Amino acid sequence: MKKLEVIVRPFKLDEVKEALTAMEIKGMTVSEVKGFGRQRGHKEVYRGAEYQVDFMAKVKVEVVLEDEMVRPVIDKIIEAARTGQVGDGKIFVTPVEDVVRIRTGETGNEAI
Amino acid sequence: MNAADTAFILICSALVMFMTPGLALFYGGMARSKNVLGTIMHSFFLVGLATLVWVFIGYSLSFGTDHGGLIGGLDYLFLQGVGMEANGPVDNLPHLAFMIFQCMFAVITPALISGAYAERIRFGGFVAFSALWLVFVYSPMCHWVWGGGWMGAMGALDFAGGAVVHMSSAAAALAACLVLGKRKGYGKGAFIPHNLPMTITGASILWFGWFGFNAGSALAANGAAANAFVTTHVATAAAVIGWALMEKFHRGKATTLGAASGAVAGLVAITPAAGFVTPMGSVIIGLGGGVFCYLGVLLKVRLGYDDSLDVVGVHGVGGTWGALATGLFATASVGGTDGLFYGNPGQLWIQFVSVVATWVFCFSVSWVLLKIVDATLGLRVSEEEEVRGLDLSQHSEAGYQM
Repeated sequence: MKKLEVIVRPFKLDEVKEALTAMEIKGMTVSEVKGFGRQRGHKEVYRGAEYQVDFMAKVKVEVVLEDEMVRPVIDKIIEAARTGQVGDGKIFVTPVEDVVRIRTGETGNEAI
Repeated sequence: MNAADTAFILICSALVMFMTPGLALFYGGMARSKNVLGTIMHSFFLVGLATLVWVFIGYSLSFGTDHGGLIGGLDYLFLQGVGMEANGPVDNLPHLAFMIFQCMFAVITPALISGAYAERIRFGGFVAFSALWLVFVYSPMCHWVWGGGWMGAMGALDFAGGAVVHMSSAAAALAACLVLGKRKGYGKGAFIPHNLPMTITGASILWFGWFGFNAGSALAANGAAANAFVTTHVATAAAVIGWALMEKFHRGKATTLGAASGAVAGLVAITPAAGFVTPMGSVIIGLGGGVFCYLGVLLKVRLGYDDSLDVVGVHGVGGTWGALATGLFATASVGGTDGLFYGNPGQLWIQFVSVVATWVFCFSVSWVLLKIVDATLGLRVSEEEEVRGLDLSQHSEAGYQM
């Protein structure tokens, strides 16, 4: 099993969610996050003074998958979230040792 | 005694009272989230503190028997002799009605200063300074202009408090910036407002309450009050446009904070003039308020002092412009006195003298009071407290829970 941490532009969240649900992905965790990469931050103006704000608002989607689903899901996410401009985000893939469904006690692939 | 006037002034008093909580929101939204309660508290607490100082001693020093044009006597100490009869400075209102209307001005004026030292003052130091300031700066200023003192006798026009309220608080604000110094990290990090909708709400309440402030300063339900009401609204409308245009030319976009700041700038600018100029005169005063205050706020960066929420840029520049503009646009057909544009250049000189005297007096006495409080109680929070924020360090509470 693998976990994907997917950082995307906030306005792309709906498309990413729809692409994943279309692939019968049954759950995900979404959070509003801030950070920066090559896009750096943005400028804000208050009473005529410009401020560099380093952290951009992004959305992080976390989803845990069976191993064989990882590549096709990544392809779908790229298709949904890509604009081609700096700041489209990243996908981090990490191994997951186990998953437990709290209600039934099921573990492994069954619990995803 | 006049029943209609009494009813009008009591309602205006309530409107002016509402401005101070409005100011709390206006300032609170501009602070960073860790200082929202500390900033709101500065204004809200003064509704309590300034009211007591006013009824105990401030009213008497302001409106008691004149001594040399400088200060009122102690005849009204603890409101003795201030009752239901119309035996105060005006004969159409119960003395108590006049007193409580003036009380609301004494409440908001020290609260205006709080924008300058926001995010770094100790609460105890703030309380002591505010109480002293009401006695030694506000009360004399109020007496000079409205209580039978020299500035009013000289013929200076200040309808609702350009000098008494706005220049005085701005001069104190400038002194506070210099005595307290910059906030930690100012000029490096981004010091940006944490909740602009709160600030817009506050600006709206200020605009609403200001009708009581300016129209009520006619001290009667009459044509002068109607004129002040209209000039107040029209000037403020023009100032919103003026500020937004400056932003558009300077930075490319109009902002909501700019619209709210422009509104306050316009309200400040028209305050001394409201009862002396025509609605068309007020358009120019308002536009000027928006434009000059925008430039005044930019000046802060050039001069390098840290006026957290731009008290000097808005109230100092707007109040000064309004006082001088009164000397330009005043017309006898409205308030009985002509300004420069109506053939009386002498009025502009009188206004100029009142501006200089107000700045010099209020700045220097405020400076001394701040130094005294700093040396005794201490004015500034420790570096650690400043980083944690005033909400936790001064009040042991947080504005927002997860």
